[in-house]
Amino acid sequence: MATGVATQPQPTHLLEVERVTKRFITSEGAITAVDDISFSIAPGEFVSIIGPSGCGKSTLFNIIGGLVGDYEGRVTVAGDIVSGTHPAIGMVFQEESTFPWRTVLENVAFPLEVSGVARQTRLERAEHFVSMVGLSGFGRRFPAELSGGMRQRVALARTLASEPRILLMDEPFAALDEQTRLLLGDKVLQIQQELKQTTLLITHNLTEAVQLSDRVLVMTYRPGRLKRVVGINLPHPRDSEVVSSDAFGHYVAEIWQDLREEASRGIRDDESRVLKAGAKR
Amino acid sequence: MTLKAWARSRGGARVLGAVTVVALIAGVEALIRAGFINRFIVPLPSQILAAIPRIIVEENVLHRFWQTAQEILWASLLLAAVGISLGALLHRFRILRLACETWVAALAAAPIVLMYPLFLVIFGRSATTIVMIGFAAGLAPVILKTVEGLSGTRRVLIDVGRSFKLSPAQQFWKILLPAALPSVFVGLKLGLIFAMINIVGVEFLINFGGLGQLINELAERYDLPGTYGAICFVILASIVFFDVTERLERWLRPSE
Repeated sequence: MATGVATQPQPTHLLEVERVTKRFITSEGAITAVDDISFSIAPGEFVSIIGPSGCGKSTLFNIIGGLVGDYEGRVTVAGDIVSGTHPAIGMVFQEESTFPWRTVLENVAFPLEVSGVARQTRLERAEHFVSMVGLSGFGRRFPAELSGGMRQRVALARTLASEPRILLMDEPFAALDEQTRLLLGDKVLQIQQELKQTTLLITHNLTEAVQLSDRVLVMTYRPGRLKRVVGINLPHPRDSEVVSSDAFGHYVAEIWQDLREEASRGIRDDESRVLKAGAKR
Repeated sequence: MTLKAWARSRGGARVLGAVTVVALIAGVEALIRAGFINRFIVPLPSQILAAIPRIIVEENVLHRFWQTAQEILWASLLLAAVGISLGALLHRFRILRLACETWVAALAAAPIVLMYPLFLVIFGRSATTIVMIGFAAGLAPVILKTVEGLSGTRRVLIDVGRSFKLSPAQQFWKILLPAALPSVFVGLKLGLIFAMINIVGVEFLINFGGLGQLINELAERYDLPGTYGAICFVILASIVFFDVTERLERWLRPSE
């Protein structure tokens, strides 16, 4: 039966990045960090952005997260334009970002504390997220007592505790060794599948991108543009065992074809910059 | 616990510290008795030790200790409240920091104790004068180390706060200040040292108040064991305040 109330069409994409361009003014003139980038992410999708060093990945992370303004184009979350940090976006940073003066549990409860949740309730909820990242029993430890991988899991749990609609991660496992990175990838996948968490991962690691993603967006070296989108049709649920499959190797090789050219450009550019700086001196 | 492990433990360090002090005192005693140090300038440590019960009974040293401790306490509270606030203000407003930081650093080197006549004119011959001189002498390091600590907060921690949409007040109380605490406490400890030196010095100079006045009186009577005994109580006050500051720091930053 018709109620007479017009229903708003729900956007099919949770996150939309439309024609985003960011320029920085430096002493050597204007540098275009990211140039005319557009893509969108559907609810529950896991997307990775991969590119060589200096391609503007982190700038894009900061733009989407609302930490950097003054750019062209627009970023929307469920149709809502992002200007400044947005409550629907939770960020996990590349650098170690746990609060050293708080225990694991207090770290994870932090977003609940600032939004005024009662102490007992927030600690109970924090306990849930601590166990979700596999750190049960470490709640009363301080970050200094944990390994790098454990600290990044605390940061992840803290962001998850704020129950973001979009999880935005900037190379969260970059500082970890390969084995730990693969195993933490399993953990992230498990959580993502459990929460049906829409996730955007910024990375320069091929294995990580293919292991975790539904789609991989490959960026060019400076100025950062979208070069190619690769859909990853590996079966779900997935874990780190997938790295031994032929299909996995095929995807890695395919992405590397594109990335290699860009990474080589990056290296050549770095070398010529060093030579120029030397000549000036 | 093996002897090696015990020697490395906190208890082992304390015992080593105490043994070192006792050995030093015994060394001074031996040097004086052997005639290498003039006993009319430096009394025997054993005489100083013997004088302590006397000055407790005759000179009311515990009451004077309490007077000095109260002055130090008030100066410390003022240092923490005013010093940290001013440091936060200088950190918040860059123009203010650029304008004042050099002057504040210059204040740290100024011999404020020599300005005691001015303080006497303003506050009279009272404990307020002593507290205010102690406070003024210790202010600069608290401000400077607070600014340093707040400015040294890692960018990523501030970004975490921004990503959770913290208000400026939440950003300060929940991220900036806790991150700056180790540096703030270095400033507080330095400030406390300057304040204590100046408090006892001004008590001595204006012959008013607690242990400084007692040291003045005993020195004028040429009661050297008593004078050094009273100095021991100044050292005790310093130990007590340092211990309290360290406990407070550990309570606020249990992870350190």
